[in-house]
This record gives sequence, C-alpha cells and structure tokens, in this order.
Amino acid sequence: MRAMHELVKGIYKENPVFRIVLGLCPTLATSTSVENGIGMGAAATFVLLGSNIVIAALRKVIPGRVRIPCFILIIASFVTVVELVMGAYLPELSKALGIFIPLIVVNCIIMARAEAFAAKNGIWVSILDAIGMGIGFTLALLLIGTIREVLGGGTFFGYMVFGPNYQPVLIMLLAPGGFITIALLLGFFNLLDEKMKKKTEPARNSKG
Amino acid sequence: MDFGQLLAIVIGCIFVSNYVLMRYLGLCPFVGVSKDLDSALGMGMAVIFVMTMASLATWLVYTYILVPMGLVYLRTIAFILVIAALVQFVEMVLEKTSPVLHRSLGIYLPLITTNCAVLGVAVVNVDEFMVAGIPRNASFIYTVVNGFSAGVGFTLALILMAAIRERIQLDAIPKPMQGIPITFILAALMALAFLGFTGLKIA
Repeated sequence: MRAMHELVKGIYKENPVFRIVLGLCPTLATSTSVENGIGMGAAATFVLLGSNIVIAALRKVIPGRVRIPCFILIIASFVTVVELVMGAYLPELSKALGIFIPLIVVNCIIMARAEAFAAKNGIWVSILDAIGMGIGFTLALLLIGTIREVLGGGTFFGYMVFGPNYQPVLIMLLAPGGFITIALLLGFFNLLDEKMKKKTEPARNSKG
Repeated sequence: MDFGQLLAIVIGCIFVSNYVLMRYLGLCPFVGVSKDLDSALGMGMAVIFVMTMASLATWLVYTYILVPMGLVYLRTIAFILVIAALVQFVEMVLEKTSPVLHRSLGIYLPLITTNCAVLGVAVVNVDEFMVAGIPRNASFIYTVVNGFSAGVGFTLALILMAAIRERIQLDAIPKPMQGIPITFILAALMALAFLGFTGLKIA
C-alpha cells in the first residue's frame, strides 16, 4: 500500500512542477516542443533515479554536516553520464536542450528529493519515489510542451494538427508564451485543488 | 580585445537575452525573493558578486586544469564544485570582514549555489568564448564581463518584478491566481516588453 502511494503521489498529489513548484527553469526552457519535453523528462528521471539510489544507499555513511556537497557531487556524476550518452547517441536532442542538460545538476527537484526523501528512506522506497517524481515531471513537461507546440507551431510531435491554413501563434514558442502557459496552468491546478477540497469537506463533516 | 564586442556582451546580457526573462535561468529566486524591494536588492547584489567571481574562477579552472589534463568531460562536476566552494568562501570572508554586509546578504548566499543562472553563465562562457577548449583572444575579459552583466540583468529583472509585486499587493486578484501564478503573468508581460530589444544590433 505504501509502495503504491510513493509511486503515485508524484503524478498529481505532489506533482513537482504544478503542486510543489520546483524545477521551473528546465520546465519552461525545454517545453517548446513535445519531443524536447520528453527528452528532458527522461534525462531528469534517469538522474533522479540514480541519485536517489546512491544517496539512499549511502545515507548512513554520509556525515550530516557535509551532506549537501556530497549530494551535489553524486548528482553531478549522473548528469555527466547523461551528458556524454546523449551527446554520443542523440546529438540533435542534445543540441536542442543545450545548456539545460548540464543544468540538471541544479534542478531543484532532484536536490529536494535527495534531501527530503532519499536521505531518510530505504533504497526500494527511494526508487519508487524517484520513478513517481520522474513521471510527474515528464507529464508536466508533456502537458506544457503540447500546449506550446500545438498553439505555437500548429504541430504535435512534428505532425500537422490544424491543417496548412493555420497561422501559428509564434509568441507561444518565445519566452512570454512559456510564462503565460505555466501561470494559467498553475492557476488552473489551484482552482481544481480548491474544488476538490470543497467536495470532500462536507462529506467529512456529515460523517463526524 | 574589442570594445564594440564588450558593449555587445553587456547590452546582450542585460536586455536582448536577459538571463531570467529570455533564457529562463534563475527562476526560483526570481519568484521566491521578489516579494519586497529590499530583499530583491540584497539578492541581486549577492548574485552579481558571485556570478562575476564564478565566471573568473571557472575560466581559470577550465583553462589551466581541465584542458591541459584532458578532463574537459568533467566540466559540469568541476564547475558546480568550484561554485559551491566559492559561495562558502565568500560567506566566510563576509562574516569575518563585514558583519553588516553579511547580515544583509548572508541568508541569500547558500541559495545561490543552486541558482541555475550561476552555473548557466559558467557553461555559456565556455560555449561562447572558447573554441574547441582553447580560449579565444581576450576571452578572460569577455568571460568576466559576461558574468558581471548577466548578474546585472538578473538584478534588473528581480528589482522590476519586486517593485511591481509591491504595487499589486492590495489588488483584488482571483484566489487561484494569487501568489506564484500572478507572478508568472507579470513575468510574461515583462518578457513581452523585453522582446522589443530583440532587433537591437551592436556591431
């Protein structure tokens, strides 16, 4: 039961992007298309998985006072692995994501999970947590990427959506479009949360 | 060295491709520390200082340690370690020499290690001012100027945002949009305004 909870919580209840509002820089910068978003999500998930495993395994060895530098070093090692592998096998994606691949090191999601979860829990639970959070992050990127690509380019995954007469809203692919999209989505999720709370509260009251 | 190019770097970093509004770097402090003007100013000063120092230090490490030893592929690890050590060092120096400054900047310094704009500027420096690992002519000066003006651009965006947020504090904003969402709407409008600089060319 607990395992299921750790795995699922990252998708909606504790979604790193929409609910905890972490890791915004890569979210906005790499969500200009669905493909880039998935690439970034996969890279971050891999790093998250690797760092969560190693940190959970070493949590009793790492002294508390120097834990942050140790975490950064572990995370940076996995990021380097991703950087080299992506550069070798997916050069185009690597070029599209640019400096945001080395910048996974300072992605707050990974540091936050290391500090708040992996440093306090066992390896297996940490793996589930990493997978859940990784999926949550990737889904968020997918959602933002879809909105921006469909509106800004008229395509989805490179395929035409609206036909050749569609005039793309170019601004969605530029910097302001990213900000607008995330602002409205955050507002939408806040609204959703409020509605859900209202729905559950009367039920609880009638029981008590 | 070429003063035209120096000017282009300064204008480019502050306006044309502002690190926060155009390149999406350093958004966490941009949203988190922009509630009032005073702390925005403090954070901005700390970032300018650390970015300049980090650009300088990472250039030295890259040119004199990583390239001669053939360890260029370790640059991400090396840079983040240099930045973390530098931030710690700056904090200790400030604590000993200037308690007043330490009190006003102190709480922001630990946050800067994970400010992606600082690592971002170090990586951009290497990508832009080095050709295949060999420093271009006068790249040291370009690097330091780039770091400094990236910090100024960050501070400009942060201060503008803090000033706007102070003004809208009493406005009636729909409840789901309060806090971070409205900040991003403001950021979008600011980014739209900064898009106007795109055509600017300095040769």
